[in-house]
Amino acid sequence: MTTSKTRERGAAIDIRNATKRYGSFTALDDVSLHIKPGEFMTLLGPSGSGKTTTLNVVAGFTDLTSGELSVGGESILGVPAHKRNIGVVFQHYALFPHMTVGKNVAYPLTLRGIEKGEREKRVRRALDMVKMADFAHRYPSELSGGQQQRVALARAIVFDPPLLLMDEPLGALDKKLREWLQLEIKRIHRELGTTFVYVTHDQEEALVLSDRIAVFNQGRIEQVGTGRELYDEPATLFVGKFIGESTTLRGNAETSGGETSLTVAGQRIVASNKLANGAKPVILLRPEKLSLAPGNKPQADSQNSLTGNISEAIYLGSGSKYQVTLRDGSVAIVRAPLEAQQFAIGDEVDLRWHISDCKLLADDERADLTLT
Amino acid sequence: MSQTIDTTAPGGSGPRQANGVAAQPRRWRLAAYPSLLALPAVLLLIAAMAYPLLTIVSRSFSEPEWGLQNYVWFFSTDVNIQVLLRTFSISAWVTLVCVIAAYPYAYLMTVVGPRMRLVLILCVLVPFWVSGVVRTLAWVILLQDSGVINSVLKAIGFGGVKLIRTPTGVVIGMAQVLLPFMILPLYSVMRGIDLRLVQAARSLGARPALAFWQVYLPLSLPGVFAGAIIVFILALGFYITPALLGGPRSTMLSTLVQSQVLSLLNWGRGGAMGVVLLVSTFILLALAAPLMRQRHKQASRS
Ligand SMILES: Nc1ncnc2c1ncn2[C@@H]1O[C@H](COP(=O)(O)OP(=O)(O)OP(=O)(O)O)[C@@H](O)[C@H]1O
Ligand SMILES: [Mg+2]
Repeated sequence: MTTSKTRERGAAIDIRNATKRYGSFTALDDVSLHIKPGEFMTLLGPSGSGKTTTLNVVAGFTDLTSGELSVGGESILGVPAHKRNIGVVFQHYALFPHMTVGKNVAYPLTLRGIEKGEREKRVRRALDMVKMADFAHRYPSELSGGQQQRVALARAIVFDPPLLLMDEPLGALDKKLREWLQLEIKRIHRELGTTFVYVTHDQEEALVLSDRIAVFNQGRIEQVGTGRELYDEPATLFVGKFIGESTTLRGNAETSGGETSLTVAGQRIVASNKLANGAKPVILLRPEKLSLAPGNKPQADSQNSLTGNISEAIYLGSGSKYQVTLRDGSVAIVRAPLEAQQFAIGDEVDLRWHISDCKLLADDERADLTLT
Repeated sequence: MSQTIDTTAPGGSGPRQANGVAAQPRRWRLAAYPSLLALPAVLLLIAAMAYPLLTIVSRSFSEPEWGLQNYVWFFSTDVNIQVLLRTFSISAWVTLVCVIAAYPYAYLMTVVGPRMRLVLILCVLVPFWVSGVVRTLAWVILLQDSGVINSVLKAIGFGGVKLIRTPTGVVIGMAQVLLPFMILPLYSVMRGIDLRLVQAARSLGARPALAFWQVYLPLSLPGVFAGAIIVFILALGFYITPALLGGPRSTMLSTLVQSQVLSLLNWGRGGAMGVVLLVSTFILLALAAPLMRQRHKQASRS
C-alpha cells in the first residue's frame, strides 16, 4: 500500500478470444479485452450478459472453454484461484460470519504467513482506508450493509493485490449510500493505483467510476471506450440505448451522395452520415440535443424538424423534461433548459435538432429485446 | 427410544391443531392467552412424561421401603457402574461414527442437483419407515459369524471378525439406526452456508482444504453439535438394538433396567437406574452447554 509508487502497482490484463460454453449455451462468445495497468475498467451490461462469468474467469472460479488470459503479462490459465493473488469483492460481501472484522481483514495476511506486528499494522491501514478502523472487534452481523461492504473491500486490498475485481459491490445498497461509496471506491482506486475491474448493470455508476467501460450484451462486448465516447459515439444501437437516455426514430431511408434522408411520420429529415452495406438505419438522438418550438414556425436549413404533441411534461428543477408523441406514434424525450420556453401537455410543437447531431446506426432488434 | 424423543421435541403439531379447532368461535380469548395454544401438548407431556417419571422417581426412593437403599445398591455393585460407563462410551462411539458418516453425506446433499437430492433424502428416510426390530434383525444377518460380512471377508482371504454380540457390532447397528438424526440437522445447517464464502477464502489465498477447514467447517459446527446431542441422548436409552446385537459384554443400561423391572419386578432398583441415567445425561448436557451457546451465537450472526 505504498502510495508513493502508484500506477506501477496495477497489473495489465489481457483477455483474448475468450469463449465459455455451458452445454450448448454460450455465456461468453469470443470476448477480447485489454485492460491497462492501474486502469478502472467497468464491465457494463444487462443481466445475463456475461459480466460475472468474465470476472469469475479472471478470478479463477470458472475455466474458459477456449481463449487466452494473462495478468501482468503472464498467462494464468490453469493457475488455481488461491495462487492468483487477485482481490475479489462480492455483491453479498462474503465476510466470514464467525470472524470479527479484524480477523476477516487479517485472514489473507495470516494465510501468507505475515508475522503478527506487521499484520496488525496492515489491517489497521486497510481499515483506515475504508474508514472502518473503529469496528475491528465487531462481527459482520453487527454491521450495516455499507459497512460490511467496506470491510470486504479492506479485506480484498490488504494483501496488496495488483488487481481488484468487484462484482456489483453496491448492488444491495440504497441509492444515497451507493453514491457515497462510489466516491470512496474512486478515491481508493486513486490512492492504490491498483487495476480495478468493476461489474455493474447501472450505467450511471459506470459513468461515475470508470476510466473506460466495456459494454456487454449476450456474451459479447459491443464496445469499449470512455463514458463520453460511448455516449457521443455509440458503435451500436444497443450501446446508444444502454448508456443514457435516447430517442430512436425509424423511417424509409434514401441515400444520395454523402447524406441519407429518412421519411419519419410523413416528414423528411436528413442525417449527416450514411451506413455502409445498406443496413436498415435508425436515428439515435440525445435528449439535450433536441429543442422544442411552437408548432409550424419556420426552421433553419441546418435543422431537422418533426411535428408532434407534448404528452408528458416534468419539471426537474434544473430544467424540464418532455415526452413528445410524434405523428407516427413514436415518442421522443427532450430535455429543455430552464430558460427555454415552457410547454403544457397537449401543445403542438416542432421537435428540432441540428443535422450534425443526428446519427444513423444500424437497426438491431436485439437492442430492444435485451433492455428489459 | 420413543420416550427420549418426547423430551427433546415438545409437541410440534399439537398447537396448530388447537388453533384450527378452538380459535374459530372464540378467537378473542385465544388471542388474549396465546399460551393456551400449547395446552394439548402440555397435557400430553404431563400424562405421558411427567406422571410416569414422577412415579419412577418416587418408587426408586420408596420400594421396598423409604430410603436411599436402591441408589446405594446401584453404586456399590461393580457391574452397574461398568454398564453405566459402557452405556456412555458406546453412545459416544455411536455419535462419533454418525458424525463421520453423516458429514460427507449431508455435504453431498447440499451440492447435488434437486433430483439427486431427493434420492439422497429418500435414502435417509426410508429406513425410518422400516421398524427398528426389522432393521436390527437385518444387521444380525449381516454381522453374525457366518453372515454376509464374514463370508465376504473370508472370500477375499481375510480371517473372520467377531461382530455379533460385541460392542463393535452394537455400535455399527446403532449408528445405522441413528444416522438420520445426524444427517438431517447437519443438512439443514449446511444448506444455509453460503458457498461463496469458500470462494472468497480461495480468492484470499486459501487452498481448497484450508478454505474448508477454516471457513466451511466452523460454520457447519452448529449442525454437528445439534445432531451429536440428539444421537447421543437417543443412544443412551437404546434398548432393542443392543439387546439383539449385543452379548453379555456389551449390555447397556436399558437392558439392566428391563431385567430389573420386567423379570425381577424390582421397580425400585429399575427406577434408580433410570434416574441415574437421566441425571448423568443432564450433567453432560450442562457441561456441553457453554460450547453450544457460543456456536449458536455465531450461527445467528451469519
Ligand atoms: N454454471 C452455469 N451453468 C449454466 N449457465 C450458466 C452458469 N453460470 C452462468 N450461466 C449463464 O451464463 C450467462 C451469463 O451469466 P453471468 O452470471 O455472467 O451474467 P451477468 O452478466 O453477471 O448477469 P447479472 O447482471 O444478472 O449478474 C447467464 O445466461 C447464465 O444463465
Ligand atoms: Mg452477475
